[in-house]
Amino acid sequence: MSGPRFVIVCGSGGVGKTTTSAAIGLRAARGGERVLVVTVDPARRLAQVLGIDGGDTGTVAVEGGGSLTVTMLDTKAGWDSLIRRHARDAATAERVLRNPLYHNITARFVNSHDYIAMEKVNELASSGLYDLVVVDTPPSRNGLDLLAAPQRMREFFGGRLLRWLTFPYRNRVAALAAKPFLMVADRLLGAQFLGDIAEFFVLLQSMEPGFVRRAEEVESLLGSERVTCVVVASAERGSVEEAVFLIDRLRSRGMHVSMAVMNRTVGAADVPAAGETLPSPDEVRLRLPGIDASAALAEVALIGARLGDTAARHSIGVDAVRAVVDDVRVVPLVRTRGAGDPLEAIAGQVGPR
Amino acid sequence: MDGSDAVARAFGSGPVGYDPAEVSPGLWAMTMRTDRSLQEYVRIHLRIPLLPDLGALASTFDFVADAAPGVKEVLGVGKVCWEVRERHYDLVIVDAEASGHIVAQIASPRTINSLVPRGPLRDQTAWMLAILDDPEQCGVVVVTTAEELPVTETVELVARLRDGTRTDVARIVVNGMEPAVPDGALALAGDPWFAAAAPSHAASVLATAGRRAGQADVTAALHGLGVPVTELPAASGDEAAVTELLAGSFT
Repeated sequence: MSGPRFVIVCGSGGVGKTTTSAAIGLRAARGGERVLVVTVDPARRLAQVLGIDGGDTGTVAVEGGGSLTVTMLDTKAGWDSLIRRHARDAATAERVLRNPLYHNITARFVNSHDYIAMEKVNELASSGLYDLVVVDTPPSRNGLDLLAAPQRMREFFGGRLLRWLTFPYRNRVAALAAKPFLMVADRLLGAQFLGDIAEFFVLLQSMEPGFVRRAEEVESLLGSERVTCVVVASAERGSVEEAVFLIDRLRSRGMHVSMAVMNRTVGAADVPAAGETLPSPDEVRLRLPGIDASAALAEVALIGARLGDTAARHSIGVDAVRAVVDDVRVVPLVRTRGAGDPLEAIAGQVGPR
Repeated sequence: MDGSDAVARAFGSGPVGYDPAEVSPGLWAMTMRTDRSLQEYVRIHLRIPLLPDLGALASTFDFVADAAPGVKEVLGVGKVCWEVRERHYDLVIVDAEASGHIVAQIASPRTINSLVPRGPLRDQTAWMLAILDDPEQCGVVVVTTAEELPVTETVELVARLRDGTRTDVARIVVNGMEPAVPDGALALAGDPWFAAAAPSHAASVLATAGRRAGQADVTAALHGLGVPVTELPAASGDEAAVTELLAGSFT
């Protein structure tokens, strides 16, 4: 097999997706693989997790013979290179790049960031530099904008909307047919602004074949055996419901969900042993005369009981995910103070089985 | 704002659409849809009646909203501001999109100002900004967890909000805090005799205190921002109690 395997890490916000991406990468690199972790998140979060300073790309040395490289996506540079690649000539490319609305439109256009991320994945697919590519995705509560981006791009170019928008510039008769739209759009936005947008899309439309072909390539890669998804969740009910929903959506897109990571799970090891009895208040008073024995014992019992309740809830949550994914990795809650622990806690669980 | 039913689910209600539904006495919920917001806008401000054939035209509306910079955002923010201006409710709460989008959303009336030279949409931005920029009428609540990455993201978000908008950052809510361990319990757990008599109880107390101390280290960065901070306990299964506690900090 040529080219790397891909792991796409998905989940809702706040569940530890970025840390999990880094941990999966770290674990594979320790196993001797050459690993790239791509973060789609504009913030420099991954680099922070791995302790890489500054810059958009950094490599950390890893024991075990592998390597771990982290890179941030540059949406603007990605779009610039796409435009240059697909434009029929250099002059067209320059006109697009100089259009005053270009940056604003590409920054928002059909989940622009997602599309560039998928382009990056496509580009890496034929590269021999890495054995494994881990993609950290933006929070996704309501489906998978990232994976849908190539399809939306293809539909946009193939669909009626682009033709509607560029009608008046191609055909005066057609302009009459588009009149209700133009009347509304004109009153909303003003003719000049609309003209700028339309010019931009006329130029973009000339690049249609290239964009459509690329989008199809990405879609076919995503549906292949080389790409798997890892879903990250916490074991609380709301997060589990969203994870189950997400797994369902992923599978309905034809994606292979290889693993679920249940982060910060309270388990039996965190809960006081069932048979362990606390000393009596009298015994405590004898040994520790300085404290309010009854109150302190009640507090200790309360902390234990609370952990027990949480562990019971989490056990239900983990079972609910096990019902839909075979390979569920449970990451325990950290038990110590200090930074760096969450990464190692997850890395400890995500290795090969 | 993100089309999920999370808010409706929190009140045990079924899916809620664009038309507000009373999910609890005195509390209405709605799901933002920019296409509906645009239709409403066109109807109210341009006095163009709803066209019978919504097919192609409606999707074209949606496309304009999608493609034109700031338009989709301003339609969401505009609808919210409209409800505030018309005083349909005493309080309007927006469950916003992910933090990556929120600055663009709040800044969208200014984006429109800088990109759209003229037209009715631009004329609408002034009253929206009057609401968004007034700390008496509008504030952002940033919700985070007590971990390193989310806290860094929160500090960055507050900076970006202050940089890119004039909207007040009203409060930071830190979710999932471990309970503070009282001194008495800590003294017991730390005592060698007690640790030998009840080792797993002692360990659970010390681990809770350790996690709490780690969270305090991480959240220290939030306390220098000049924004009030509310700490919420980790989910206890008793969500009503957490809701009460949270509601208390906003009154």
